[in-house]
Amino acid sequence: MSLTGFILRRMMALVLLLLAVSVLVFLGCEVLPGDVAQVALGQFATPENVAALRTQMGLDEPAALRYLAWLAGVLQGDWGTSIVSRLPVATMMSERLANTAMLAGVTTLIAVPLALALGIRMAISAGGPVDRVLTVVVLALSATPEFLVATLAVLFFALHLQWLPTISYLSPGSGWESTARALALPAGTLVLVVSAQIARMTRSIITNILSYPYIEMAMLKGVPVHLIVARHALLNAIGPIVNVVALNVAYLVSGIVVVETVFAYPGLARLMIDAVQSRDFPVVQACALIFCASYVVLTLLADIIARLCDPRAVATEG
Amino acid sequence: MTTPLTRAPAGRSRPGRPITFLISAGILSAMLAMVVVSFFWTPHDPTDFLTDDAFAPPAPGLWLGSDSLGRDVLSRLIDGARVTLTMAFAATALAHLIGASLGLIAAARGGAVDMVLSRIADVVLSLPKIIVGLVVVAALGPSIWVIVGMAAAVYSAGVFRIARALGADLAKLDFVEVAQSRGEGLGWIIFGEMLPHVLRPLAADFAIRTSFAILFMSSLSFVGLGVQPPLADWGGMAHDGLEGLSTNPFAALAPAIAVALVSVCLNLLVDSTERRMKW
Repeated sequence: MSLTGFILRRMMALVLLLLAVSVLVFLGCEVLPGDVAQVALGQFATPENVAALRTQMGLDEPAALRYLAWLAGVLQGDWGTSIVSRLPVATMMSERLANTAMLAGVTTLIAVPLALALGIRMAISAGGPVDRVLTVVVLALSATPEFLVATLAVLFFALHLQWLPTISYLSPGSGWESTARALALPAGTLVLVVSAQIARMTRSIITNILSYPYIEMAMLKGVPVHLIVARHALLNAIGPIVNVVALNVAYLVSGIVVVETVFAYPGLARLMIDAVQSRDFPVVQACALIFCASYVVLTLLADIIARLCDPRAVATEG
Repeated sequence: MTTPLTRAPAGRSRPGRPITFLISAGILSAMLAMVVVSFFWTPHDPTDFLTDDAFAPPAPGLWLGSDSLGRDVLSRLIDGARVTLTMAFAATALAHLIGASLGLIAAARGGAVDMVLSRIADVVLSLPKIIVGLVVVAALGPSIWVIVGMAAAVYSAGVFRIARALGADLAKLDFVEVAQSRGEGLGWIIFGEMLPHVLRPLAADFAIRTSFAILFMSSLSFVGLGVQPPLADWGGMAHDGLEGLSTNPFAALAPAIAVALVSVCLNLLVDSTERRMKW
């Protein structure tokens, strides 16, 4: 299969997957709960209010039509109106989305190089004392819940040392220094957890490659270990590593949900949790779709990059 | 053909470390003992308001201090073990029941059944679990059954993929083909011929997946959308304790550390057993 053919097929799969995801999100938010208007207003709402909201939300239409109308709106940038605040969902989300993207971006920029360096360091001395200690530490860290790390961070840096605020205030247009202070603890927590996972997988990918015969050949020739890793092992590891990184950036979603709660960080996850609590279904629906779509797109990008990095695949295109 | 000059293959260079194995097995047994004990005894009633002080620091008789309503943190920790661990175990067991049977059926039958099941698993696996959890809780409310059922459904896709891959390797082997040509039914082929060969890898997956389920459900409770009062699991306790971090940090830390201990020990246990078996 040629490279362009591969990318085209992947794109097709992406579109189908995104459609499936949008159907699932719609089912979850508008069909599963039963009468959304009744659920949103609670059991003490008057029948008139429920009927009014039902008409306002267009709930009297059949579900399939409502789905198509919602999808058409989303594609044109109209995400509907919040039941609780009566504001357009798009306005509520825009600033939150930027904040969450910033948190995820800063985390990725710090965590990925750190984790790769750590993973390579462990792989070079696989079986040695440094590697043994780091392996256990990294395994333990990657199995630790984000909320423990976040709680310890608050306890130590905010309450004990009083260096940083417990709560991340972030107002639009604030200077870089206050932004950095607001980001420090949430991003730090995420970096710790994510880089542990990436480092662990990087180590296993590279140690695996190091057991191949061509590496043995290079060793027998007397090539120094760091050159073997840099020239022979790393090049072949790029594909799998890109996949691991993308997978972990996607796993970041769960960490973001927890961290935004602990630090009251004004991001998209916090907006979604509040919306779930107040049963503001249009907002839940929009946030869920954004999170799921970015997850899906990221995994696909990794697939394509991994394929581009594999010379055997590029060569077949001729 | 390992020569002394080359490094030994990854992770197989030394026998499994019995110390890690013993420590993690010991801690996990202690946690299980805590679940059993919690049915009969806790130092105080976990729902009693013992003092008027919210987040009182530890004192004799109140070894981990009090929580936001003046209840004993230690008693609630012991009681929470039952809720947390039972729910995670139930969800994982259900996920394995569904995922492993469907995975082996897909591997043995192939064709359209395999295609449809695999595509469904692909879609489920392409969704971030915590977001699925939030949507389902928004739609159906945070009851125990909803949470356990949702976690089981989400995790069964991962089990399915592993069981299908293991089964697909087996289906090509002679003994399965012989059974097929003998005219054995699908049920016998799956449970009599294939299942015994996949039990060991599935057991390792079970342990790791239980740790995922614990982390997942605790995170859901931690953001306030898991088990609701009066029931309390560790994630929910850790959330309630956040407000009182400056006066009694144990109200938040103790349950959070408990979650971490169980999850880390499950991972270390599997890691050390697998290493030993490869050796």
